[in-house]
Amino acid sequence: MSTFLFNQDNEEKFSALLERYPDKSSLMLPSLWMVQYQEGWISLDAMQFVAKKLGCSAMDVYSVASFYSMFLLQPIGTHHIQLCKTLSCMLAGAKTLQEHLQNRLGIKAGETTKDGKFTLSLVECLGSCGTSPCMRLNDDYIENLTLEKLDALLEELSK
Amino acid sequence: MMVKLVSKNFEIPNAHTLEVARNHGRYASLEKLFTMSPDAVTAEVEKSGLRGKGGGGAATGEKWRLIPKNSDKPVYLVINADEGEPGTFKDRQILEFDPHLLLEGIINSSYAIGAHHAYVYVRGEYVFWINRLQDAIDEAYAAGILGENILGHDYALHVTVHKGAGAYICGEKTALLESLEGKRGHPRLKPKGKEPEWFFGNPTVVNNVETIASVPYIINEGYEAYRAYGTAESPGTMLFGISGQVERPGVYELPYGTSMKEVIYTLCGGIKNGKKLKAIIPGGSSVQILRADEIEDITLDYESLKAHGSSLGTGGMIVMDEEVSIPEVMKNLFEFYHHESCGQCTPCREGTGWVDRILAKILAGKGTQEDFKIILDACDMLNGKTICVFAPSVAFIAQSYIQKFREEFEALIK
Repeated sequence: MSTFLFNQDNEEKFSALLERYPDKSSLMLPSLWMVQYQEGWISLDAMQFVAKKLGCSAMDVYSVASFYSMFLLQPIGTHHIQLCKTLSCMLAGAKTLQEHLQNRLGIKAGETTKDGKFTLSLVECLGSCGTSPCMRLNDDYIENLTLEKLDALLEELSK
Repeated sequence: MMVKLVSKNFEIPNAHTLEVARNHGRYASLEKLFTMSPDAVTAEVEKSGLRGKGGGGAATGEKWRLIPKNSDKPVYLVINADEGEPGTFKDRQILEFDPHLLLEGIINSSYAIGAHHAYVYVRGEYVFWINRLQDAIDEAYAAGILGENILGHDYALHVTVHKGAGAYICGEKTALLESLEGKRGHPRLKPKGKEPEWFFGNPTVVNNVETIASVPYIINEGYEAYRAYGTAESPGTMLFGISGQVERPGVYELPYGTSMKEVIYTLCGGIKNGKKLKAIIPGGSSVQILRADEIEDITLDYESLKAHGSSLGTGGMIVMDEEVSIPEVMKNLFEFYHHESCGQCTPCREGTGWVDRILAKILAGKGTQEDFKIILDACDMLNGKTICVFAPSVAFIAQSYIQKFREEFEALIK
């Protein structure tokens, strides 16, 4: 049995969404997003809760949660830096930014700093090719990145 | 050079809010729409020759005609806003600067196909744009433009935004529907004959954001006005996104048939830092690369790109200067395709990885002549042996890189 529960807000959202789809299985992705925003990540425990909500097996939920790269199946740092590495960003110098970030944070891509403040991920095309290089900081886009811009940002976040 | 049918309001401050949007013509088509029969709306779109702008270029009116008439099942419209093709960043402009244009197009199109609920599937990373769109939807509901009895007419339409979660393949329409049904984004087998798409077994149309945003102009001004732009086979305009090494990257709305060279050297200010052009990927990363000496006569339309052995795709052009290493470009894209293969079909899941590893070997200076054969063999396995077009596209692009820039690969092997 799972101990995870939606908070009040998410319970209400879930009920409202039920009205908007022909079948409740459509609520899989929305439910996983609600879990992730509530907890910061998606635990096996929360997956069991979602399974019960949707009337499917926990394995069905795991299968979906593990397919999509934005679903986090383990906790990460407070500031999630998602640096785009795909072609237009590469042409605009994403590799240099990656090395700079790795050096400054003392971690490799895919890792979290020891203080739990920063996680660095390399991600595929963010759709900011005309304003490359680009990264997401948690949910926000930061475009036309330069080393100076990146340093100022890290300075601000480390405070 | 630019013709602003879809991007007309992009530079108007606050055009994303309902008041400003309405002052600048948004929802004007609705009065006319409700005097027309749904069939007449479809006919207008059919005659306009509007083609899908998400990459495939299928005829929009023809797609709508596949919805069975007088079906007792509900009909759905699904908008593909899962913009993820590398080099493509146009739909987000519509969501950001003129979301009410999309909603107006959704009302037009839903009315035509008899849908009373439309879903907009937006890629999960686009949180800002999802919020933009949701705000526009909320405003439209409050003003009676969405919901029951739209603007007092006997027609109801609901719009729901659905957030993706970072899978490129969900831009493929059947994978998108699987995802919308709460499953992994695995593309479905194609039916033998022409059929609509199916959302929980109900007839459904899936259209790209820009395609739907092009509909209000056609309804307002008539199909002939739309056909006044572009070419016979590619009527109208398209939002072209130009990125990479040009002086002025960005999204430009151009009539089909515009000279590629002129766009790059005039509109975009030429190659960055006065360097020379080496290559262009003309329609998102999944189309064949073009060498600088191939673009002389190319015009931006389906016919011309096809005749030059590539595709118009999403209209996302990636421009590369003389210093770019093509093997590195190819490696970058194969990391992408390997990561984004949904894993359903073995040739794609494994083949993309093989090619990626061989490219890594070549770039590390450990390549041999045999590697060319292995890559081309892998391409043969990728092509025509999988459920969706992901793997064949990857095979075609791999062949184009090797054939057109073989000397760069050879130089790394020696």
